[in-house]
Amino acid sequence: MSTRILVIDDEPQIRKFMRISLTANGYEVIEAENAAQGIEAANSQQPDLLILDLGLPDLDGQEVISAVRERSDVPIVVLSVRAGELDKVEALDRGANDYIVKPFGVAELMARVRAVLRQRAIKGKGNDDVVEAGTVQIDLGRRIVTRDGAEVHLSKREWGLLAFLASQPDHVLTHKQILKEVWGPAHGEDTAYLRVYVNQLRQKLEADPSAPTLIVTDAGVGYRLKRGE
Amino acid sequence: MTDDREERPSPDALLAAAQRESRGRLKIFLGAAPGVGKTYAMLQAAQERKRDGVDLVAGVIETHGRRETEAQLVNIDLLPPRLMEYRGKDFREMDLDAILARRPQIVLVDELAHTNVPGSRHLKRWQDVEEILGAGIDVYSTLNIQHLESLNDIVEQISGVKVRETLPDSVLSSADEIELIDLPPQELIKRLHEGKVYVPEQAKRAVGSFFSPGNLTALREMALRHAAERVDAQMVDYMREHAIPGPWPTRERILVCIDERVDAAKLVRVAKRAADRRGAAWVVVTVETSSSHTQTEADKDRVAEALRLTQQLGGETALLQGDDVVATVLNYARERNATQIVVGRARSRRWRMGKSVTERLFAESGDFNVFVVGGEDDDKPAPLVRPRKVKAPPDWLNLAFALVCTGIAIGVGFLIDMWLPVASISVAFLLAVMVVAMRAGLRPAILTSVTSFFAFNFFFTEPRWTFAVTDTQNVLTLVFFLIAAVIVSNMASRLRAQILATRESARRTTNLYDFGRKVTAAATQDDVLWAVVHHVATTIHGKSLVLLPGDAGLSIAAGYPPEDQLDDRSAAAADWAWAHGKLAGRGSATLPASLWLFLPLKTGRGPVGVLGVQMSEDADIPSPSQMRLLETLADQAAVAIERTTLVADIETARVATERERLRSALLSSLSHDLRTPLVSIMGAASSLQNYDEMMDHASRHELTQTIQDEAERLNRFVQNLLDMTKLGAGALKPRADWADLNDIVGAAVARTRRLARAHTIKVDIDPGVPLLCVDPVLMEQVFFNLLDNACKYAPPGTTVKVWAQRTPDYVTIEVVDQGPGIPPEASEKIFDMFYRVDQGDAKSAGTGLGLAICRGIIEAHGGTIKAEPGLHGAGTAIIIHLPQRDDMDGLAARISAEAEPEGGK
Repeated sequence: MSTRILVIDDEPQIRKFMRISLTANGYEVIEAENAAQGIEAANSQQPDLLILDLGLPDLDGQEVISAVRERSDVPIVVLSVRAGELDKVEALDRGANDYIVKPFGVAELMARVRAVLRQRAIKGKGNDDVVEAGTVQIDLGRRIVTRDGAEVHLSKREWGLLAFLASQPDHVLTHKQILKEVWGPAHGEDTAYLRVYVNQLRQKLEADPSAPTLIVTDAGVGYRLKRGE
Repeated sequence: MTDDREERPSPDALLAAAQRESRGRLKIFLGAAPGVGKTYAMLQAAQERKRDGVDLVAGVIETHGRRETEAQLVNIDLLPPRLMEYRGKDFREMDLDAILARRPQIVLVDELAHTNVPGSRHLKRWQDVEEILGAGIDVYSTLNIQHLESLNDIVEQISGVKVRETLPDSVLSSADEIELIDLPPQELIKRLHEGKVYVPEQAKRAVGSFFSPGNLTALREMALRHAAERVDAQMVDYMREHAIPGPWPTRERILVCIDERVDAAKLVRVAKRAADRRGAAWVVVTVETSSSHTQTEADKDRVAEALRLTQQLGGETALLQGDDVVATVLNYARERNATQIVVGRARSRRWRMGKSVTERLFAESGDFNVFVVGGEDDDKPAPLVRPRKVKAPPDWLNLAFALVCTGIAIGVGFLIDMWLPVASISVAFLLAVMVVAMRAGLRPAILTSVTSFFAFNFFFTEPRWTFAVTDTQNVLTLVFFLIAAVIVSNMASRLRAQILATRESARRTTNLYDFGRKVTAAATQDDVLWAVVHHVATTIHGKSLVLLPGDAGLSIAAGYPPEDQLDDRSAAAADWAWAHGKLAGRGSATLPASLWLFLPLKTGRGPVGVLGVQMSEDADIPSPSQMRLLETLADQAAVAIERTTLVADIETARVATERERLRSALLSSLSHDLRTPLVSIMGAASSLQNYDEMMDHASRHELTQTIQDEAERLNRFVQNLLDMTKLGAGALKPRADWADLNDIVGAAVARTRRLARAHTIKVDIDPGVPLLCVDPVLMEQVFFNLLDNACKYAPPGTTVKVWAQRTPDYVTIEVVDQGPGIPPEASEKIFDMFYRVDQGDAKSAGTGLGLAICRGIIEAHGGTIKAEPGLHGAGTAIIIHLPQRDDMDGLAARISAEAEPEGGK
């Protein structure tokens, strides 16, 4: 059975081009033009992935995320406008898995879809203990990091941070999510700590720390660990 | 006053005529005495107009029960009177508001000289009529000649009856039409005997003497003469308006000098009559000398009252300054070409040496005719502004001071007496006299002289402890002491008066100067208003506020102490002052029940607002000198307020022009920058649709690439427009967060690289650059715009460099390209919206928004951005300074303290 993707967007033109390109890539596409239809389809059709536009006519897209999350942990990718950082962060905090900035190219869309689906596949299989990203290997089970085969020494916090990013590779994690997980709930706003530790990690792991390719910044939103395609 | 010797059509005459157009017309039925049939004549005229179909109502008619008069009232609407209660009695007054609301064409108002019951809007009925006329309604009214202000004292002399209800002459002379109701005295007396003349109960006794043939003849003559003068004046007016060449009578000008000593009001009336008889202009002057400030408030009031009376009677007033009264007056007389000088007979002044002002005027007047008016005091008419009750410092305090000083002198005398001969002791007393004279004035000083004289005699001359004097030398000492003491006290007290006067005058000048400085320094209207109310309030030791007109009428624009609500009566007074451009409210003739006194703020262009003042409780109403100061302040305030309004107008106009410029720039930018990518997209898309089969794979790919590139360009443009709109609307507020400059620049570089593959971008950020507290998304946009710009203008193959460094207070970031550079004169303008260096360069189709957005964002972060020539003068360097947060180092230290490796791999 092919992978089924539910597209919730009120713009017929956008649904059309997504349907064509997703179908061409071998996915099965279900369409919904408003929030009500979308939630209904998410419940009844059991899709493998949800692509959700945040600006819907009948209900705020954020509410759709919450409604869907009540019943299922289906991956959700939201479509958001640039400069809508607060929306993105809120969507991610509500349980969305990733976002794409409108307007976007189809290549970018496919990359996100593949990344999210792969993550789901990994989860399905149980935890993949070793995450590989470029020349860096992160062994989550044995808590060992190597770069070009050589072990890299990390502080406890650095390890915590890297492990959390590696637990969901290619996923953006918001500042708040990271801080809560690594520093604890009381540190939800201390982004300066986060910057400093990300910088330290980059110094230790990146080939060029000033042009990071491993731990990349999503401005105003959070960080993601990039495994590369 | 107009200069009447002009030989062209007088502008003032034309102006007056023009003003008459919009005003209602006043017709006065003038009679010599009660009972001549004025009301009857007025009603008859009204009936005629009524038959012509004119909308006519009677505001107030006093028929006094005369039947033939009442018969004339048929068919005429009589507006119900307004019932007013005063001291427990009901009074029926004309309902001014009803008339104004009803707006007939003509209103009949009987008894023009009537005095309204206290609590009415105006003190006098003629003021009501003025308001009706101002509203463009015609008025018919009646008047007896005896009520005319300038004839007031003559009538009293002739008839022995004091007329209390008076009317300014200007009201009668401004009437558009006068109808003289004449009845020979004999017939009037006959009517009186027939009971056809109404006489109030309390006046019955006086009736016999008032209605004597002699009196009536005199009154009739006055009425006739007045009417005749009117005809003359109308003739002259007509000639002036129509520029009929002379010979006009060369008008004389009568100069009247008043001061607090002479009977000023009487002088003014005499002068008015003289001026009327000769058709002369007249001006009343008073001279302020350095000692004028020592006048009592009553004296000052008397002078101010006379000046006000002058204005009421239609004369001109002038306040002259100078210590030599005679010279000042004569100078002014020459300046104004006066032909006559009228002075009062001064009361005898026993204490002064030398000639009186009047005598000197006679001696020095040269070719002026000088007239001296004598006569007994007459009662002053009710003053327009009630004199303020003055609380002078109690005299006994000064006298006590005198006694204390004498006592001290006695004590000092005893001390001296222990060591020195007796004769020197008088010096101690002289000193006491001088001190008292300087501190307390003449009278206490004289008292000190006398008590010192006796004390000296009693305590220090042989035989001591008696008032007896035996030694002739001592007698002489005592006598000379007394003379010296009196002279010294006189001189010292005069010196004191001069000092006080100088101080007072300096205070006034300083006050005005301060005020001028304050309001000139104030930039905004709020500042000016605040300066005005604050200054006025401190000057009068009370409260002050400024009301300015708005959409919903007058409203309080500033107050000191702040005030946000006016009671109804005060608000009505303020409105009245605004509408009529005259004084209203407490202490004035209009709406005196108001808590505030309102002065109109007027400039040459018209009224700008109203100034309200309220004295503190012990001084209810401004004194005349305060009033003069207030009026000057009001004038200055009006000019200052108008200035700010003008500035605001100019600013509005400037902003409008700027907005217009932006609008047209935006339109041209939109049409160019939106359409160009659309043309490419549509062209490429339609080519693909129509000629798909004819194209090879490379061509198809090229076209689709074009579509994508142009769409991205369009997207950037839309993004810029959005950002700019948000910046302009103040909606683009930085959400500052700790951010790594490397991240920000890195993201911008990554975005740029996709577009500008032909350029090399090098990033060099000093490791010492700390975390920045900025909005990462906005800052990324800044660097993207800068890099995009650099790639657009610099030739392909060149390098664009971004480097950043930490300086003590700033983080400095530069984006340097190797392009053609920016002409120095444009280095500031490039940050303006829609500005492009190469306006005609089609190759670099920018939006003209990018740098403007950069500046907006950087400034919102508290930083600066500027353009300078690049390294060695080639290319362009855009230099950004971002402020560093003080807590940055502390934060870094705290974090690195925590960040020690703790093992855990």
